[in-house]
This record gives sequence, structure tokens and C-alpha cells, in this order.
Amino acid sequence: MNGAVRLAQRWAVFVVVLIAWQLVTTAADSVFFPTPIKIALDLQDKLFSPLLTKHILPGMGRMLFGWAVAGVIGVALGLLLGRSRVAVAYLGPVFTFLRSIPPPLMVPFFAASIGITRMQLPVIIFGSLWPVLLNSVDGARAVDATKVDTARVFRLSGPQWALRVLLPSALPKVFAGLRLSLSLALILMVVAELRGSEYGIGNQLQYARSDFDPLAMWSWIVLLGLLGYLLNSLLLLLERRALAWQPRHSLEARALATGG
Amino acid sequence: MIGLAGFFALWEAASRTGLVPDYYLRPPSVVLPTLVRLLGDNHFQRALVATVLATLIALVIATAIAVPAGLLLGSVPVVRRAVMTLVEFLRPIPSVAIIPLAVITVGSGPETKIGLAVYAATWPILFNTMYALDEIDPLHVQTARAFGVRRLSVLTRVALPSAAPFVLTGVRLALALSLGVVISTEFFTGGTIGLGQYAMEAAEGTNMMAEVLATTVLAGALGLGANAALEWAHRKAFAWSLPRGGER
Amino acid sequence: MRMLEVSDLGHTYQGKDGAHTAIDGLGFSVEAGELVCVVGPSGCGKSTLLRTIAGLVRPTSGRVMLHGTPVDGVPSDLAVVFQDYSRSLFPWMSVTRNVEFPLRKLSRRKRAARAAEALSAVGLGKAGRKYPWQLSGGMQQRVAIARALAYRPALLLMDEPFASVDAQTRFELEDLLLRVRREQDTTILLVTHDIDESVYLGDRVLVLSKSPATVVADLDVPLGPVRDQIGTRASGEFVDLRARVAGMLQGNTPVGAR
Repeated sequence: MNGAVRLAQRWAVFVVVLIAWQLVTTAADSVFFPTPIKIALDLQDKLFSPLLTKHILPGMGRMLFGWAVAGVIGVALGLLLGRSRVAVAYLGPVFTFLRSIPPPLMVPFFAASIGITRMQLPVIIFGSLWPVLLNSVDGARAVDATKVDTARVFRLSGPQWALRVLLPSALPKVFAGLRLSLSLALILMVVAELRGSEYGIGNQLQYARSDFDPLAMWSWIVLLGLLGYLLNSLLLLLERRALAWQPRHSLEARALATGG
Repeated sequence: MIGLAGFFALWEAASRTGLVPDYYLRPPSVVLPTLVRLLGDNHFQRALVATVLATLIALVIATAIAVPAGLLLGSVPVVRRAVMTLVEFLRPIPSVAIIPLAVITVGSGPETKIGLAVYAATWPILFNTMYALDEIDPLHVQTARAFGVRRLSVLTRVALPSAAPFVLTGVRLALALSLGVVISTEFFTGGTIGLGQYAMEAAEGTNMMAEVLATTVLAGALGLGANAALEWAHRKAFAWSLPRGGER
Repeated sequence: MRMLEVSDLGHTYQGKDGAHTAIDGLGFSVEAGELVCVVGPSGCGKSTLLRTIAGLVRPTSGRVMLHGTPVDGVPSDLAVVFQDYSRSLFPWMSVTRNVEFPLRKLSRRKRAARAAEALSAVGLGKAGRKYPWQLSGGMQQRVAIARALAYRPALLLMDEPFASVDAQTRFELEDLLLRVRREQDTTILLVTHDIDESVYLGDRVLVLSKSPATVVADLDVPLGPVRDQIGTRASGEFVDLRARVAGMLQGNTPVGAR
């Protein structure tokens, strides 16, 4: 098929929806539903204002830091536990239980125990830990017996075994977990910041709500969507790089099928 | 099971010995009786029912939207190309970000939390259905076509059954998401009832940590139970799709 | 009566590196009640030919007539048995459900009766409630054959039906096919790359050339309706015929191909 036709097919509906949105919101002229052009301009203003350094960057930074901490703990602990049948037998149910707690419910608990302005980071870490941890456990368990025997025959040392056999074998699962965790971290960032954070996009959303400023709320929502898309794409890129040696598989389908 | 018992024992010990301040992390010997008391409490019962019901309604609506949509997107490439760009823009928006806006525009009734949960729950089901259609064995389709089955019937008689296990996995993921969104929405819709609202009020009250933890444990048990039920259903209904060895 | 008539059939498809002609100017016919084997080297376009006759693939030139009507789309009285039984049976259906699959238009009772009949004809009368993955490969292919028989097609197409089973099972299934067609009087077009099989099973053998496939020879097989694996295969006629087919397959590289 022709490249131009394909491009048109890809974008036609999107553009039509955007135009329709513009027309409908212009006609409706409601405070609650600003036009996309207004939202874009407002978002631009926000990005080139002190809000960027006071709220957007620190909030995102905290989220990414929390996700990274969860990632490091989850992968290390997961790979370690995954190689021990006993550990999995004992701890599996505990993890499954902790994972089953809807992560937003950690907000009230951490808010009451750690403090409402300090609970954001722990909420993000706790909530985004489980997908990485459980996927890493799965990944470590999935190392096939031939690989284990080969490593034994060649008398690989502990660290060599971990870095050159275990980690690469578990990597597809680990990445699937990391991606689930990332989207979870973004959700938890918003929930936790909506409740009493001193900074962050969630804080600004709450601020816009008490100010009764729907336009600002739309802008923040759109920004969150864009950031989510960007971060996920970056991680996918990294994943493709890291898993280039793998036979073709549909990454998304795997991620969804392995569950989070 | 021993592991889970050990976990509660450790929690008890940590709390008793003052390793963590027991004012915050109340021991299970306090939390579990509190949970039992709450389950008999009328106000709490209504909160529990409200949350569970909203979650299930959202899940049913999301499934009703996402499965046909996934079948359409998965089987008609032109539609898929046309709509995917829009989907790629909508999907990354965290549903919880819409909570404040939804509350001021729609209000804080149950329709708000159900609507937001539907939004969140639709994606995993939609994508799992769509990707499952990609994975269908072309020979299955050809076999059906060779026996004179028409294209539309191939969709219901071959594509849907072969995609069903994938779809159920999507529903399982969607259930967890939907419960999370319902609870999150309840945090911010004062005056309504629900577990989220209950936990938040308890957290803001004084000396109510046991109630907060009891609610958290209960929600965890609910999630665990629902997940186990769906996994059981999966094994029962889709035995053919499970990995197997030597069952000749 | 003429069941199938293929005239001047050609199929060219667009591959990654330009157009590829799988079959070219192919013509033959099959009379009602015949079992015709099509034999040709691997990758010569046998499967494309079969899929074209089944209406799954539209030919780029020529036409296919099924009892006098041109084939356009999948004809309603035709069935196919594919080589890959494990992928052609539906794993989510029991054996009986698989056999009943194409019988949608019949009443439930008739469907059940037909399925039971077809299953016992292939020696699987008791396996109806099992699932395909609980059966061995040979048994799975029996189910696929039963499904095609239960449909009672005017023409049964078989695409390398016994290529994925072990030799012993293969002999059993070949004899099963011969017995069933004697009993049911079905017209069968069977594609294979196995010379012995084509001679053993066929009333006629069509020998195809290398890709693009054309008909090199159309041989009658005068071995009679009843054959057996040991006697027939040892007979002079059989040995002669298989030598002729083998010679044609090896010697016949059309000038200009490749």
C-alpha cells in the first residue's frame, strides 16, 4: 500500500476527532469544556512558567526515583527468591496478598503513619514494587534446566551466573514488570499528590479544583497523558535494545498476558 | 499458607516489640478483631457493598465495550490503523488524574467512580482481545472458511473462542485496576459511601489506625479472592489453552 | 459425470522480492468418484493449487469449475483436510464438537448422528468426549478426516494429510482412506510429495513440475479398488509406476525455470 494512504489512514480519525472536539466545545462555550486550542495554549504557558521547576519536574523526579527504587529492590529480591523453591513456597502467598491490596489504599495508611506531606514516595515505592518483584520471580524460575547445567559445567562463579545467565534469561519478564510498575507509579503519584503533597502535578490538579479552574485541570490531564506516553515509549525503546537478541514476540501482548 | 501465617506473626512481633511504633502499625491481634467488628457494622457494610458493586458494574460495562471493540480492531486492519492513533493518546492518561475534573463536572455520585473505573478497565481488555486476534492460527480460520463458514461467523465461531482465555486475563487485570480507581475516587468524593471514603476518614480521625489497617487487609483479601476465582474459572473453562506436558 | 475441471489455472503473488508464479497454465479434470493424487516436488505450488480449488485463494488466471459451476469464493459442498491436524482442529472443542463444526445447518439430533457415524468410520467411536490435545497425532488426523466425511462433501481435498504422522500410522490411515472411499463413494483430490503414497492411493496420478507448476503427466493406476500395503507395494505394476513417476519428477525440469 502507498505510504501516503497509510499516513492518512493513521491520522485522519485523530484529526477529525480533534476538529470535532474544537467545534463542539466552541459551540457549547462551557467553562467545564474548554476548546483544545485553549488547553494547548494554557499548557504552553504552564510549561514556560516557574510551575515547571516548582511542580512538574520535582513531582516527576520523585515518581521516577520511587519507581527506580522499587525496580532495584524488586529485581534483586525477585531474582534471588525466584531461584529458591522454598522461598517461593513460603513468601509467594505473602507477596500475592500484598500485591492484591489496591495500591491507592496505601495512601490513607501512609498518610496517617508517616504524614500527609511525606507519604508520596513510600506509596509509590510500595505500590510499584509488586509487579517488578513478582515478574522477576517468574523470570528467575523460568531459566531452563539446560542453561543451568551448562553454567555448572563451565563452572561459572556466582556473580557471573547471575549477570550472564540468570538476568538475561529473566529480562523479558523483568521488563514487562517494569512497564506495569511505571504506569502504576504514575497513577500513584497522582493519587498521593492529590492528597496533601506540597508540590507535583497532582498538587496542582487539586489546587485547580479548589480554585474552580477547569481549564487548568484539562491542561494537567493532557500533560499527564503526554508524559505517560513519553515515559512508556522511552522504556519500550530501552526494552527493544536490551532484548534485541530475543526471537520476535509481541512485547505488549506478553506484558499484558503475564499480568500485573 | 505457613508463609502467610508467618507474615502475620512477624507483623505481630514487630508491632509488639516496638520495632515499629505500634500506634501506627497496630498488631494483627488488634486489626483482625477490628475487622470482624467492622464486618458487623452497618455503616461499614454499606461502604463495602458500594465499593464492590461499583467495581463489578464498571467491569461489566468495560467488558461489554472492550470485547466487541477489540474484535473489530483486531479483525479489520483499516479500522485499527485509523483508531489506534487516538487510542495511543488516550490510554496513557491516568484515570485518577480525571478524578478532580469529573467531580466538579459530573458530581460525586456513584456514576463518577463507575465511569472512571470503566475508563481504566477498558484498556487491558481491549488490548488483550486485539492481540489475541493477532495470535489466531490462520489455519483455524482457513479450516472454517473451507467448510463454508462466512467471514462474520468465523469471528464468533473461531476468533472469539480462541481469544477467550486472553480476554479473561484482560478482565482479571481490569478487575484490579477498576477496584483501585473506585477506591481512589472515593477518597475525593466526600459525603459518598465506600471503602476508600471510610479508610480516608479513619486515617484523618484520631486513634483509628486499626480501622485503616482492617480496611486495607479486607481490600487485599477481596482482591486476592476475586483474582483466585477468575484464575479458577480460567483453568476450568480453558483447560485446552493451559501449557501441558505428557497428557496424552 | 465430471466433478472438477481446472483449466489454464495460474497464480502469481507478490513476494518480498518481486512477483512469484506458483502455478502456471495448469489444467486437468477429475471425474465423480475418482481418487486423484497430485504429486510434485516440495514447494512446487501444490498447496496453492489446492487452496485455489477450495476458493481460499483467488487465481490470477484461468478458472476452476466444480460440477459445472465456476468456483468463486468457498463452494458449499467441499471439504479440506490439512496436513497440520494439530492446528486445523479447534483445541477448545471436544472431538465430537469438532466433527459437528461444519454441520450447523442440520438439527441437533442429525448432527450428533452424523458425527457419531463419521467417528466410528475412522475407528474413534469412543473418543467423542475427549479433546484433540488428549489424542495422539494419528488419532487427531482421524478426527480431521471424520470431520470432512461427516460434512459429506461432493469433493474432498486433502493437503499432504499423512505427512506429519509416523510411518506405521501413515499406512493405517492410507488404508482407512481407501476403505472409507469404497464405502462412501467420495471424490477425492489428494496432494502429496510422496511418490509411493500417490501410486498406492490414486486411481490416477497427476505429476507436477517444479515451480511454476504445470501438469507433466496424467497416469492411470490400474491396481484395482482393493489394495494392501504389502502385496500391492510388491507388485510389478506398482514398482513400475513409481519408477515412472520418480523419473518424471527428477528429469522434468522445464527449460528456463530457475
